[in-house]
Amino acid sequence: MKLVAACLAAATALAPFPMAVAAEIAPADVKYDGATITTSLTGTPGNPEEGAKVLANRSLGNCLACHVVTPLAKEQFHGDVAPSLDGVADRWSAEQLRGIVVNAKHSLNPDSVMPGFYTLEVGINVRKDLVGKTILTAQQVEDVVAYLVTLKDAK
Amino acid sequence: GSVGAAFADPVDDKLVIDGKEMITRTKAPEGHPFDEVYSGWLFREAETRATEADSFANPGMLTVERGEEIWNTIDGTAGKSCASCHGDASVSMKDIGANYPKWDATAKKPINVELQIDKCRTEKMGAEAYKFDAEEQKSLTTYIKHQSLGTPVAIDLGAGEMQSWWEKGKTLYYTRTGQLNLSCANCHENSMGKFIRADHLSQGQVNGFPTYRFNTGGMVSLHNRFRGCIRDTRAEMPKAFSDELMALEVYVTWRGLGLSVETPAVRQ
Ligand code: HEC
Ligand code: HEC
Ligand code: HEC
Repeated sequence: MKLVAACLAAATALAPFPMAVAAEIAPADVKYDGATITTSLTGTPGNPEEGAKVLANRSLGNCLACHVVTPLAKEQFHGDVAPSLDGVADRWSAEQLRGIVVNAKHSLNPDSVMPGFYTLEVGINVRKDLVGKTILTAQQVEDVVAYLVTLKDAK
Repeated sequence: GSVGAAFADPVDDKLVIDGKEMITRTKAPEGHPFDEVYSGWLFREAETRATEADSFANPGMLTVERGEEIWNTIDGTAGKSCASCHGDASVSMKDIGANYPKWDATAKKPINVELQIDKCRTEKMGAEAYKFDAEEQKSLTTYIKHQSLGTPVAIDLGAGEMQSWWEKGKTLYYTRTGQLNLSCANCHENSMGKFIRADHLSQGQVNGFPTYRFNTGGMVSLHNRFRGCIRDTRAEMPKAFSDELMALEVYVTWRGLGLSVETPAVRQ
């Protein structure tokens, strides 16, 4: 661990945007305040357009596998394993939504079917190349949250 | 919703194949999480259901014919075919496939039809065991299971240590695997009848295996299906016929007791 940290420090000193890298919170260091996560995981504001892509992309969030999102109706095949995300920002704040996306088993329900997108609390026998990796990056989580907060006023 | 699922429940429809009505819903066995068990056929689209109901249209029937060919073909150093010992499969194999997995006292494990075929090949024919999912393995298994078409699935959990394999299978069924952290039950019990993307989730029953799939244009064995579902949780896949998958087969077969064997079932 120490060695890795030292290398990271050396790398960030040379990186063009040291602050952004330094501010990223590792999955194991994410701090919950109850069910919410109050601070951004990266310090860089989320991009809602990127977030919408992550929701739809099958190898990223694939949120549409389980959730209907009417504004994304141009994407085919929304599942209904879970409640619709229409108007989700009327029900939850950005901080609560961050908590849900990072680890729904912490924020919503310990038995949730929803995968944790930025946690290392995962199932057994994880595919070898994915061990120690999260489904989404910290910035992708921020992008998803930035998109979710636009989902207001469900008709 | 407009972009969501159009329907959710299993359909109210009867499956009749070659004039024989299949049991596609039946009372669940004691201790089962559902009151009623449903064949996967009830969750498929009308066109897929119609293809399974019509033996002339069902592409899986070609595999049944291929299985009959292998049944009658001599292989191995003993110079025998399956027919040399078992004769006419429509008589000797009638209703046999409905009762697997069975306890194998020599191996001290449950075995399925694929493993019984390998036993006869290696012990009686002087032939080699098939590689997993070899075309011949899928064809012969399909042929043997098809001799039980319409017969209710029944297994003997009293034999040998079948009960402890059932327990092990049950534990696995509820164990979350992979980066997506999902168990069989998350999809086939908690979300049964719902859509996951375009897929209408059934109870994940085994009574139609091997099944014909339009997707891949070929037959899919049960352990291939199990492995695919586990892979989709982003987990390492257990080996076919491993203790894990045999335990799952015992348990999942129990979850569908009383459903008719539908081999070769047709899926999307
Ligand atoms: C495999 C299924 C599945 C996937 C994939 C999934 N979710 Fe969920 N989600 C659920 C379920 C089920 C619930 C309902 C609460 C519960 O049971 O935990 C839920 C609840 C939610 C909620 C709270 C909804 C409300 O109105 O209370 C939000 C927000 C949410 N999910 C966002 C997402 C996002 C964003 C993604 C993708 C990055 C995603 N989900 C992917 C299953 C899923
Ligand atoms: C030389 C004789 C012989 C040949 C050849 C042979 N078997 Fe068998 N088979 C047996 C005997 C004896 C049994 C019952 C005892 C046992 O299981 O070992 C049996 C059992 C079976 C069973 C289990 C029946 C039940 O009641 O569960 C199946 C299925 C089967 N054979 C299929 C095949 C197939 C398929 C082939 C060809 C690949 C084949 N056999 C070739 C002798 C043979
Ligand atoms: C992420 C969701 C998911 C998980 C987890 C999952 N499955 Fe599936 N399974 C599916 C889908 C989707 C299908 C295809 C639609 C259907 O038949 O339900 C399917 C089909 C099946 C079928 C074929 C049913 C038929 O009638 O053709 C079986 C058997 C099955 N699953 C068993 C299992 C077992 C055992 C496990 C756990 C080891 C498991 N599944 C885990 C999603 C899942």
